[in-house]
Amino acid sequence: MDSLNEYILQVSNLTIELPNQTVLDDVSFKLKTGTTLAIVGPNGAGKTMLFRALLSLIPFKGKIAWAPNVKIGYVPQYLSASDIPISVEEFLAFKIGSDMEGALSSVGLKSQEVLHKRLGALSGGQLRRVLIAWATIDKPNVLLFDEPTTGVDLDSEEAIYKMLNELEERYKITMMLISHDLHIIRDYSDYMLALNKCVTFFGESKRIMDLELQQMIYGEPVCTVPE
Amino acid sequence: MVEGLEFSLLVGISVGLSAGYLGSIMVLEKMALVGDALSHVALPGLALGILFNFPPLLGGFAFLFASSIIIWEVGKATRLSFETIVGAVFTLSLAIGVLMIEDLEVLGEALFGSIANVTLADAVTGVVIAIAAVYLTRIIYNKVVLSMISEELAISEGVNVGRVNLLFLLLISLVVAIGIKITGTLLVGFLVVVPAAAAKNLSANLRRYSILSSLFGAVSALVGILATGLVSYLEHPPPPGPLVVVAGVVLFAVTVVIRWKKRLSV
Repeated sequence: MDSLNEYILQVSNLTIELPNQTVLDDVSFKLKTGTTLAIVGPNGAGKTMLFRALLSLIPFKGKIAWAPNVKIGYVPQYLSASDIPISVEEFLAFKIGSDMEGALSSVGLKSQEVLHKRLGALSGGQLRRVLIAWATIDKPNVLLFDEPTTGVDLDSEEAIYKMLNELEERYKITMMLISHDLHIIRDYSDYMLALNKCVTFFGESKRIMDLELQQMIYGEPVCTVPE
Repeated sequence: MVEGLEFSLLVGISVGLSAGYLGSIMVLEKMALVGDALSHVALPGLALGILFNFPPLLGGFAFLFASSIIIWEVGKATRLSFETIVGAVFTLSLAIGVLMIEDLEVLGEALFGSIANVTLADAVTGVVIAIAAVYLTRIIYNKVVLSMISEELAISEGVNVGRVNLLFLLLISLVVAIGIKITGTLLVGFLVVVPAAAAKNLSANLRRYSILSSLFGAVSALVGILATGLVSYLEHPPPPGPLVVVAGVVLFAVTVVIRWKKRLSV
């Protein structure tokens, strides 16, 4: 069955071009509702650009078809908040009118500990959690997560993925995450899409530990056309 | 006492307050130099007003706004930093303005300001423009800050970053234009930069930062203009611009000391 119910996202022949450079070339894939898709590939492979296109932040060629009434939450890789005197409360107030406590506790943060802190003074793990609270507050069906554990220590990393798993199950969220961590990809995603300007692999994430496959993903690009 | 000092004070406080408020964004955007240098761009516009007998303020504003847009568009097209483009545009404007204004006394007033001949109409114009600029900036303040934190987040929340930034440039041009009369084109930029820098020294949240920045701007202008009025009996009284700058720098120095003493983690 190839219905919109089964697939929350269908991307066909997506091409992204910057002046003098093709960032993504003829990328096609489908994302099953309720699954987690890891986007992998070397630096500069076009992973973040794919997210930007999925969010309609940049122009592209080809077709991106989301299921009807889809609501997307987005967690960017970086924030430029280190030099801005803005508190966590003020940051969340951009999006959350009420119940900030509830939003923070859903991501394992105590509001009295972080609400009046400067956003730029949070630890890497706290900042990620605040961003997840931001992205999940209006109950999205899809969460796009760019490098979920950038700037996070190992203990917090594991905790963040466990929390994401819980959110996924509780709210039935379909998730797409960009990651370089092979263990995370194996343990916390169902499928993976390997990019190197084009699609170099699309399949089950458990295969990521296969050395030959790793060489294919991170070595010289050999494009494939997913089924 | 100088005649019409109360009008100068009204204009000064309005400019100080609004420039401080808008400046708090400029400083965060790392566009402090843009705010400062932008004011110099007004000089040829003022000169045209003086030469062709129309309100110099209007000429100043027209040049400011046109330059903002040119700087914005050149920045987008070339990916040169705003600082670089403004650096080129403002020195050129200053040179053209100085060449156009032959009367040295008029040139001095245009560069460093004057509290003489400030009328009720000037005061009303200043207050109205300042209120409008602060009101409109307040509406877009959060959107501009969000786009600074993450342009992607801002766009994904429906913020039209280009339009919001353009409106902000228009508002900053307006505020700088009304400030020129009192502090002069060379020094009005100070009110955009230093009060915000002083406020940043003492702030851990946006609310406190923007309020303190406005307050410091207003106090710098008030003290500077009052001091100018007090020494107006001198044979060669100083223009208000430099005294406003001195007042503001003293405030800034105090905030540096407070921060240093408290070792605020902000």
